[in-house]
Amino acid sequence: MKVVVDLSMCDLHGLCVEAAPEVFEIGDDGVLHVLIETPPDGLRAKVDKAVRECPTGAISIEE
Amino acid sequence: MLRRIAIVGASLAGLRAAETLRDRGFDGELTLIGDEPHRPYDRPPLSKQVLQGAWEPEQTFFRKKDGYDALALDMRLGVRALSLDLRARRVALADGTFADYDRLIIATGARVRTLPAIAPRAGLLALRGLDDAIVLRRALMDAPHVAIVGAGFIGLEVAASCRARGLPVTVIETLPVPLSPILGPTFGDMVAAMHRDHGVDLRTGVVVTDILGESRVAGVALSDGSRIDADVVVVGIGVAPNTEWLEHSGLTLDNGIVCNGSGEAAPDVYAAGDVARVANRWHGNSPRIEHWTNAVEQAVHAAENALAGPEASTRFSSVPYFWSDQYDRKIQFIGAARPHDEMVIVDGSLADRRLTALYRRDDRVVACLAVNQPLALIKYRKLLAAGASWDAALSGTAAS
Repeated sequence: MKVVVDLSMCDLHGLCVEAAPEVFEIGDDGVLHVLIETPPDGLRAKVDKAVRECPTGAISIEE
Repeated sequence: MLRRIAIVGASLAGLRAAETLRDRGFDGELTLIGDEPHRPYDRPPLSKQVLQGAWEPEQTFFRKKDGYDALALDMRLGVRALSLDLRARRVALADGTFADYDRLIIATGARVRTLPAIAPRAGLLALRGLDDAIVLRRALMDAPHVAIVGAGFIGLEVAASCRARGLPVTVIETLPVPLSPILGPTFGDMVAAMHRDHGVDLRTGVVVTDILGESRVAGVALSDGSRIDADVVVVGIGVAPNTEWLEHSGLTLDNGIVCNGSGEAAPDVYAAGDVARVANRWHGNSPRIEHWTNAVEQAVHAAENALAGPEASTRFSSVPYFWSDQYDRKIQFIGAARPHDEMVIVDGSLADRRLTALYRRDDRVVACLAVNQPLALIKYRKLLAAGASWDAALSGTAAS
């Protein structure tokens, strides 16, 4: 899986950081960073949760 | 044998439950039932982007039509659920059909409360669903004077959107300070001042005694004897859970469906979202919560537990979170504050309407409010989730 973020939609709610801190980070610069673009399958459930909880639908997964 | 899962309610919680079931590999029959004709859509933009005209209503749909192929749903839209037979494991639908299930997830949400003893008439509107937003937006195009009953989040967001359209707006609120039971009086005052600065005529501490006009709304009569002329009246006085169809089901209903910490309302029956009261370890009780994030979290949780079964179920534990966008301000709140919790502004100021505040009960930090400071909120969410002490939360501030 590949994590894709549309930064133009990101509203910095930060729920992805809570759901999958291994994959998402919001720096002091106020920008969302994807730490692992192709996370291992072991992180699948966490990344799914981040996708589902994003209020602006900014995160998607490409297989 | 788990072959069939039915979900009643095709809004945010229902959709997220369906997605999660497929995410986790459930490949049996999955039925999604919704009483609205629309496929699932997102509500927060209705009071903002849609009312202001920045979005067309279709932009609120979560998925395009073909986006449902991968979910392989038996989606039954525009069909109301009439009753639940727990013993037969069957939901009866208004079109005369049934949905049989091995496990059931209920996410029928809530509907707007109406003013008591006030007859419906043209121009007397509310905002809950997509159709409401379309009707209200059309009404706003005729340059009406708008009166809004209730200065809760919906009422205030609608007020801000009306002001963005340049419309004259009066907001009527029973409380002396809007939002004070949730945010405390200090921030309620700040929000009230913000709306007045934007030209809203905000009347607090008054009750609507009558809606004027016969076949069409003409205005509002208030308990202080005053009258407000209005062409459109929007009532935003809260919502009630949609549980009538469950009245004879045997489920425990008390301002929502009462569930245990697994989200179970009965064996093999789960509930999530605005209709549910799920025991939350974080709260220590079973509140009914009407926020977006709660609907997602409970739906994901219910879906996971529906697949896991009672022996492997997890307990629900989540720090509540909501936000509200009004004018150029984003108000974010995590945790749960009570009226007597101490509140300390740790960054920014009321005058700037840009700040971060923490709420204290005993030696714990129990909530955080941020206005246009999203990074601070992210930091304190971590501390709240970890059950940080008040001192640790404050030193977290000092360390930043």
